[in-house]
Amino acid sequence: MSGHVILVEDEENIAEAIRFLLSREGWSVDVLGDGTKVVETLQNVKPDVLILDLMLPGKSGLEVMQDLRSEQLLKDMPVLMLTARGQSRDREMAEQAGVTRFMTKPFSNSEVLTAVRDLHAQARQHRTALSPNLTDQATLAQLNRVTEV
Amino acid sequence: MTLLNLLAIVCVLYAVILFAIAFWADRLAEQRRARWLISAPVVYTLSLSIYCTAWTFYGAVGSAVHSGLEYLTIYLGPSLVMISWWWGLRKLVRVGRSQRISSIADLLSARYGKSNTLASVVTLLAVVSVTPYIALQLQSITQSIALFAAADGQVDFNSNRIALFVTVGLAGFAVLFGTRNLHVHERHHGVVMAIAVEAVVKCVAVIAVGIFVVWGVNGGVTQTLYSMDTSSIGVWQVDGSRWLTLTGLAAAAFVCLPRMFQVMVVENDDERHLLLASWAFPTYLLLMSIFVIPIAVAGLGILPSSANPDFFVLSLPLALDHQNLAVLAFLGGFSAATSMVIVAAMSLATMVSNHLIVPLWLSQQSKRGGASMSGDVRQVLLLSRRLAIAGILGLGYAYYQLSGGGDALASIGLVAFTGIAQILPALVGGLFWRGATRSGALSGLSVGFTIWIFTLVLPEIASDDILQPLMQNGLFGFGWLRPLALFGIAGIDPVVHATLWSMSLNVVFFCLVSCFSFPSPIERLQGAQFVNVFDHSTSAGGWHGSAVQAEDLQVMSQRILGAAEAQEFFRQQIEQQNGTGPLPDPTPAFLERLERELSASIGAAAAHAMVGQVAGVSSVSVEDLMAVADESAHLLDYSNRLEAQSHELTITARKLRETNTKLTQISRQKDDFLSQVSHELRTPMTSVRAFSEILRDTSDLSPADQSKYANIIHDEAQRLTRLLNDLLDLSVLETGASALNVTRASLNTILDRAVATALAGEKNPITVRRSEQSETFFVTTDIDRLTQVFINLIANAQKYCTHSEPEVEIQIALVDGRVIVDFIDNGDGVDPLHQDVIFEKFSRITPERAGGSGLGLAICREIMTRLKGSVQYVHRINGSCFRVDFDHSDR
Repeated sequence: MSGHVILVEDEENIAEAIRFLLSREGWSVDVLGDGTKVVETLQNVKPDVLILDLMLPGKSGLEVMQDLRSEQLLKDMPVLMLTARGQSRDREMAEQAGVTRFMTKPFSNSEVLTAVRDLHAQARQHRTALSPNLTDQATLAQLNRVTEV
Repeated sequence: MTLLNLLAIVCVLYAVILFAIAFWADRLAEQRRARWLISAPVVYTLSLSIYCTAWTFYGAVGSAVHSGLEYLTIYLGPSLVMISWWWGLRKLVRVGRSQRISSIADLLSARYGKSNTLASVVTLLAVVSVTPYIALQLQSITQSIALFAAADGQVDFNSNRIALFVTVGLAGFAVLFGTRNLHVHERHHGVVMAIAVEAVVKCVAVIAVGIFVVWGVNGGVTQTLYSMDTSSIGVWQVDGSRWLTLTGLAAAAFVCLPRMFQVMVVENDDERHLLLASWAFPTYLLLMSIFVIPIAVAGLGILPSSANPDFFVLSLPLALDHQNLAVLAFLGGFSAATSMVIVAAMSLATMVSNHLIVPLWLSQQSKRGGASMSGDVRQVLLLSRRLAIAGILGLGYAYYQLSGGGDALASIGLVAFTGIAQILPALVGGLFWRGATRSGALSGLSVGFTIWIFTLVLPEIASDDILQPLMQNGLFGFGWLRPLALFGIAGIDPVVHATLWSMSLNVVFFCLVSCFSFPSPIERLQGAQFVNVFDHSTSAGGWHGSAVQAEDLQVMSQRILGAAEAQEFFRQQIEQQNGTGPLPDPTPAFLERLERELSASIGAAAAHAMVGQVAGVSSVSVEDLMAVADESAHLLDYSNRLEAQSHELTITARKLRETNTKLTQISRQKDDFLSQVSHELRTPMTSVRAFSEILRDTSDLSPADQSKYANIIHDEAQRLTRLLNDLLDLSVLETGASALNVTRASLNTILDRAVATALAGEKNPITVRRSEQSETFFVTTDIDRLTQVFINLIANAQKYCTHSEPEVEIQIALVDGRVIVDFIDNGDGVDPLHQDVIFEKFSRITPERAGGSGLGLAICREIMTRLKGSVQYVHRINGSCFRVDFDHSDR
């Protein structure tokens, strides 16, 4: 039950670690080093889960989220946001921006793996349970509610 | 029936008659009947005769026996005042009435800005001067009764008890008729009428004795003149200075004595009465004095040499067995004494009560925290005035007792005159000179009062053992401070001496201090009011309702009290008056109540002024207006204070807002910094944790991966260490916690060290170009810190220079005693967008990882600030240039 993950992370070492972890579980992982090309990439290749760093060169994680959620095709995309800032203010802003799950660095490897698996499973459930043309705002909000790690 | 019994009966009868006259006159005045009599000018003139006391009545003959014509001065002074200065008196009367003056102390107080200090000084002066004078009257009564007792052959005569009876009786009369009315400025018709009758009695008595002597004893005018010429007192010895002084003192006393002020100003019904008095009163004095010499001559001739010349008027008829005439003469003396005592007690009591007791009581009340200006004040006023009368007469009696009732009293008259004359400069100055001030009056009075006490009262009353050394050596041993020879001028008559010094210094101080002090506004206005009294005064007094329109009053009241309350008040007043009409009658009582009602809303002064305006009968006095102005001034002052406070509050609020903004900004900066630090710390920690878990959990890791991941952990741990070091370093620099370690080194050495450290371990070190000869000078500063800056800048060039053959050139320049070191590389330079922020903390602008903490330039800037220099980015077309600039402290 693995799929495709796109990881947006500017710290090479962290990207290397996450790629290593997910690859061993059978996920295919693509890494982007900054936030500028994320939406463009996602329109071509739609991953099962997007892992997004908050502080990115070029375009911040929050800005990427706004672009993402305004795209009709991408607004259901499960997003795991990582951040090293770890202030409660950041978490609120991430929730408002529609992040599915929020995780503070440093994390344990198992946490990341569990989170990615959960997001993937939830997304699949919703896709089968709900009519694809359902665009009701309330339901969307419910869908996008951030679940804490 | 013995002579004494006859005298007692006549005295009691006479007293009863006087009480009856006083009572009857009060009744008539109350019912506003027989005004032709009550307010007759002749009654006014006669009431002025209280000037002639027993001292004059009996003592003039004694004075003539001792000093010849000198007695005339006592009559001459007032006559001169009456004849030549009636216009001045008219001004005094007008001022007194327009200002509702109650006493001479009140007059001075009113003139000099309602100063109670001044009033109390005058009151004190008056009490001190007049008390012995009252004692003198008591003495004359008892001594004259003693003469009758001696004629009766009685020896166990108790003069003290007589004096006590007389004192109590006089006190009773004064209380009964002098304190019937609450308003001090209302007339005491009963008292005035009684003393007018007494004036007639004493004049008739003296003339009767005179006629008896001239025609009954001497046998006609010719013989009388002859006997005068042959008598020992016929040698007229006139001492010019003493004559002048006594005349002047008598004139001054006539104006300034409290009792004279009482009858002349306070009791005056109409200032036109002065017209009659101006000639009739001198005539009265002439009648009182004309037979003095004949009586003196006859007394000397007929009576034994042991007889007291002071009582010739009485002892002559007694000796010649004319008992009825003697009784008449006694009644004359009795009248003179009693009328003086009664009026003096009344006037002094008013002063003592108004200026000493009531102010004290009020201050006590306000201390206790509830000075209610209600009815109980009136009760207190009445009570205090009655107590004051009793107290003053008690003082007089005590003085009489203590002085032993002997001859010591005879000279008291002139002493009292001199004392009371001290008021004259302030009084006349106040009436005619607008420049006179309170301070002037106060200092003049105080100086005059002190000198009078020292030069005249002290020698009179002090016992010999105190007096002798003082007379010999002067005060504090200063020879020029001898009571009878002040400033070394000896050999003058004591009264002349005292008058000369006290009056002249009084005047000098009054004028000089007045010139050099500034009057308060109310003083200034009162001064104008007094000096120009004829320009704008009308008759004063309470409200007289006739002219008042009740409707106008209601309109005004509604405006102030509000319609409902005003109508309720007016309705109550109609009920009280048992009236039937729509409006109450504007009686004085009603107007007073209305004024009180209004004053609760707008203050007493404003209420008085407004009722006065509507009533239109009593002019609104300057005092009223001043009080209104004062009240408004208080309000204005209060509102000004409020405004100032509000302004201050606005400023404080603005400062607080500014501070708050600043604090918020600082707080946000701190939050941002914490976020950044958190990010910078967590990022390497994430790698460390992730890879250490991988190493731990992955058993099948290839050796190459193992080594690679261990290296990453190692690098990230080092990065963490660097970051922490830099953070601590920056914190130390920012708080200034470390002291500078200033030493001396050549720039050349410093740069060598910096280049070596910055490029140590670099695989491809950047080329450094220097010109050694320009680096050969020494600098004195914190060498380690400066080196740290250089290392940072060279390391930055190494890290960020993007050129394929990177090089950095170090240029040195010395400008105006400052060292300028430029680090110029051949890279792309810093984007102009970022040039402003590169010195901020964590402001890394390049995406790629350069391994720095993001604090390097911030630390450089901090160090250079501490070294009193700077580091900045200088824009160049190609390459970047960091310029370090610091003081070349090496001389």
